[in-house]
Amino acid sequence: MEIFFQQVVSGLATGGIYGSVALALVMIYQATDVVNYAQGEMAMFSTYIAWTLINAGVPYWWAFFGTLVISFVGGVLLERVIIRPVESAPILTIVIVCIGLLVILNSVAGWIYSYIQKPFPSPFPPKPIMLGTVVFGAHDLGAIGVTLVVLALLYAFFRFTTLGLAMRAAAQNPVSSRLCGIRVGWMLAIGWGLAAMVGAVAGMMVAPIVFLDPNMMAGILIYAFASATLGGFTSPGGAVVGGLIVGVIENLVGTYVHFIGTELKLTVALALILIVLVFKPSGLFGRATIHRV
Amino acid sequence: MALLEARGLQAQYGWTKVLHGIDFAVEEGGITTILGANGAGKTTTLRAVCGMVRTAGEIRFAGQRINGRATEDLVRLGIGHAPEGRGTFVNLTVEENLRLGAYARRGGGSVAQDLERVYGYFPVLAERKKQAGGTLSGGEQQMLAVARALMLRPRLLLLDEPSLGLAPLVVREILRIVRTINREERVSVLLVEQNAAVALGLADRAYLMETGRVVMSGPASELRQNDAIRRAYLGY
Repeated sequence: MEIFFQQVVSGLATGGIYGSVALALVMIYQATDVVNYAQGEMAMFSTYIAWTLINAGVPYWWAFFGTLVISFVGGVLLERVIIRPVESAPILTIVIVCIGLLVILNSVAGWIYSYIQKPFPSPFPPKPIMLGTVVFGAHDLGAIGVTLVVLALLYAFFRFTTLGLAMRAAAQNPVSSRLCGIRVGWMLAIGWGLAAMVGAVAGMMVAPIVFLDPNMMAGILIYAFASATLGGFTSPGGAVVGGLIVGVIENLVGTYVHFIGTELKLTVALALILIVLVFKPSGLFGRATIHRV
Repeated sequence: MALLEARGLQAQYGWTKVLHGIDFAVEEGGITTILGANGAGKTTTLRAVCGMVRTAGEIRFAGQRINGRATEDLVRLGIGHAPEGRGTFVNLTVEENLRLGAYARRGGGSVAQDLERVYGYFPVLAERKKQAGGTLSGGEQQMLAVARALMLRPRLLLLDEPSLGLAPLVVREILRIVRTINREERVSVLLVEQNAAVALGLADRAYLMETGRVVMSGPASELRQNDAIRRAYLGY
């Protein structure tokens, strides 16, 4: 039973990370109808920026927030320069552009920083917290906390600010939005900027666990897809809950189903995506969307 | 002086020309209506005014030439548009829909005050303010479209077939409010309609369009007396 709780707790910790990458995916999907396959690599790149700042002697939290600002600007620029020209192209074109962006970011990171793994600091104390016999890593708890704070901030932003309302409007009904004076193109760009920020948080939270290297997000992106699919691609809160569930399932299956172990863990995520898409395509918390054709 | 004036206005979608050089005007504080059957180019005319379609010729608003300017900028000049199909944000609440209408508003005053003002005109929207826009009936969505445009505090209100698909009583109610707004807030109105009877009752100036051309124009009272219009559009 102890092992069980222990696995659940560490599952929640990694699940928080999957949840925040999933949150970034869902945000861009909601704002632009695009699934951004480069989301993981964008997060990885942001983490390298944080690493560079920290190595240059910038205190952790300054580097953290500095990275968020740089990531926001970077996300906006990517949308303006790379996505804008194909904005009205068929969805497949945009998908290919995103995959191209993934490959480019990955190679550029490798070229600048090399493929050697680098340690990345955690802002939380290294001392584990004991609750009975179950060990909580301080970083794990911190990562979950940070994810929840990000979710709460985003919720408040979209729910209570005029800019957040305008972004929701622009995603839903671009024509009516323009008639209200909303600059739809910029709303999409800001959406990318926010998603890049959320991704950066996820990257900085996961790097202390998996170490920093250009491929660190590859597996995580797949788990994030599983999380977003499970929670529902139309539900930001669902993405985070989906992430936590995926993290726990992954750990429990890895522990109790012996032939899966650690090697086949990723397959669990893919199986989950398949199962959800077959039986409940809108996910646990998602809305079925209706498209007029 | 004319608030809105079009001269030789042409518009096209891709290679298809839809407006073949039309002239019309909306006086400051006046109500102008453009009548015509389906496909006459009425909606395109409103889209041309809003910069939503490629145009040639000239459109002037409050003295300045506005052709080729972005829709978002024209909204900021005070052109409010209740578009064809009503343009409801179906997943947002009624109140959020209205707040969006005030997004590009110039000048001071609180949005809350303007909400009170439009709820005063359309009490049913106040009752439904927490409801998603998509759950409203057709008539209520039309009211929402007009109310959203009013949140801009527009100088010019463009109305695209507000009578379409609505019960006569609801149409009368909406147009009564448009008249009130026009009189009390001095908002000029450009109304395009198929329903000539209601439009001519409201407007002071009228144009009749057929396949992208203006074929008749004059004071609304005169067009109401015109035999051709009576037979074709008024049915008596």
